[in-house]
Amino acid sequence: MKNKFFSNVPIHTMLILGGIAMALPFIWMILTSGKTLVESTQIPPTIFPEKFQLSNYQQVLDLLPFMAFYINTFLMVVGRVIGSVLFSAMAAYACARLNFPGKNVFFSLVLIQMMIPGSIFITPQYLLAQKLGILNTIPALILPGVVSAFGTFLLRQFFLGLPDELEEAAYLEGANIWTIFFKIMLPLAKSGLVALGIFTALFAFKDLMWPLIVNTSIDKMPLASGLANLQGQYATNFPQLMAGSLLAIWPMVVIFIVFQRKFIEGIATTGGKL
Amino acid sequence: MKNRIFGKYRKDQVIWGYIFIFPTALGLILLNIWPAIQTAILSFQKTVGFGDTEWVGLRNYQKMFADGEVFQSLLNTLIYAVVSIPSIVVLSLLVAVLMNRKVKGLSIYRTIYFLPVVAAPSAVAMIWRWMFNNDYGLINNMLAKIGIDGPAWLTDPSIAIYSIIIVGVWSAIGYNMVLLLAGLQEIPKDYYEAAEIDGASPIQQFFNITLPLVTPTLFFVVVTTVINAFQVFDVIFMMITPNSTAMFKSQSLAYLFYKHSFILNDKGYGSAIVMFLLVIILIITAIQMKLQKKWVNY
Repeated sequence: MKNKFFSNVPIHTMLILGGIAMALPFIWMILTSGKTLVESTQIPPTIFPEKFQLSNYQQVLDLLPFMAFYINTFLMVVGRVIGSVLFSAMAAYACARLNFPGKNVFFSLVLIQMMIPGSIFITPQYLLAQKLGILNTIPALILPGVVSAFGTFLLRQFFLGLPDELEEAAYLEGANIWTIFFKIMLPLAKSGLVALGIFTALFAFKDLMWPLIVNTSIDKMPLASGLANLQGQYATNFPQLMAGSLLAIWPMVVIFIVFQRKFIEGIATTGGKL
Repeated sequence: MKNRIFGKYRKDQVIWGYIFIFPTALGLILLNIWPAIQTAILSFQKTVGFGDTEWVGLRNYQKMFADGEVFQSLLNTLIYAVVSIPSIVVLSLLVAVLMNRKVKGLSIYRTIYFLPVVAAPSAVAMIWRWMFNNDYGLINNMLAKIGIDGPAWLTDPSIAIYSIIIVGVWSAIGYNMVLLLAGLQEIPKDYYEAAEIDGASPIQQFFNITLPLVTPTLFFVVVTTVINAFQVFDVIFMMITPNSTAMFKSQSLAYLFYKHSFILNDKGYGSAIVMFLLVIILIITAIQMKLQKKWVNY
């Protein structure tokens, strides 16, 4: 083997260039968030702020109810994750392991939902939330994600891949299906549940159009749509906008960095099963 | 035997089966199946006053096909799809292949490339609005350093859509890279060892081993990228000034649906637009399923 380091130089060069393109906007966000307005509009621009100004953060926190945004986002994400993981696991187990009339009809509903683009459902979902009287509440944010066709599909594949000996043994010992599902199957499917949970959390966090439509009072907004308020009012104060952006993205970035391996494995799982 | 048999079914399985599918079945019917039908019905109606609707037959569709804004949005959506989809697929695959070479620092690279995926799109759009700023933005300042007079990225009507595409591609690479990397890691190592012994170059190995064997994952990536591209909304909503010429030349059908349904409050016309989008996406998905046999190796 020749020198491995040198043969890898072109690879590293390309990955580093790409990495700069990926990271630069974030770095620029952080640097700008510490500048004064005057500093941010200097030509040529300075790279580092003269003195890192925390005042931009203070101003943004005064302008927008970030604490409410964090709580709303958390409740929305948790609600959707619990709903979709629990209900999808139950439905997926039924589809993979139980026999009952109408199973194929149900599974074709799941497949149909997966094939239809999400924007088709939005107007009637909004009208439903309105009829239920839950506009401008946390349940409205959770509503469209409380069940998941994709989750059902993904976990069904997962259950199909598990051995059935344990289940049969438990069955012969007189355990009922409820016990088998919660005591044996759910623990076995843990990595699938985690994958679906991460996937659901990520997309709930990133959902913009739905929160924009259902929750129009500012203290009921999650981060995604709450941040949009900054846009209209103070559209040119970029240090403030960057401070706001950082306040909106740090929670998910921290969670991602802490649970990195789970994240990557989880996302990888959602793609290989079709 | 405590379980009576109904025909070919066991009693406990039937009962628990229905209990287990009940929440998801109810949710899918109330939140997806019935709404899809309702959107189709709404597209033949017009909203009058508060929540009242009036049957207008095909008038929304007639209006839509004569509406220059709809035609322009269709064109914008197609440009977005045609430029962004190949860029996302090719770049994600390139990054995945590079990372699959077991280089040092892999996990650091992977973290950095994945960062845009975990950032909220409204924040991403704001960051890029600052990057693209005409006078003080980083991009035009860097271009000025090498003597190029940068364009008005977000306000020039002929440029804005490409700025949106740049942000779209930048945001999507990390996610698809992770999917493709998982696909690449399933290819047996001995294929490459055999090819190495036969003296195949890395380029030959890529086209003769890697590419054919990663096609199932690639197919998944293409299908989801297409569906997302045709529904592009967030970045347009957050970066482009409403009702500007730049918006006219960059708004997608999904944005137009949002605008008519929830800003102009004509849910009937909005529904007609989204039905049109549905038909386009279904046709393209059907074509992909058909072509799948031609290039995907299972």
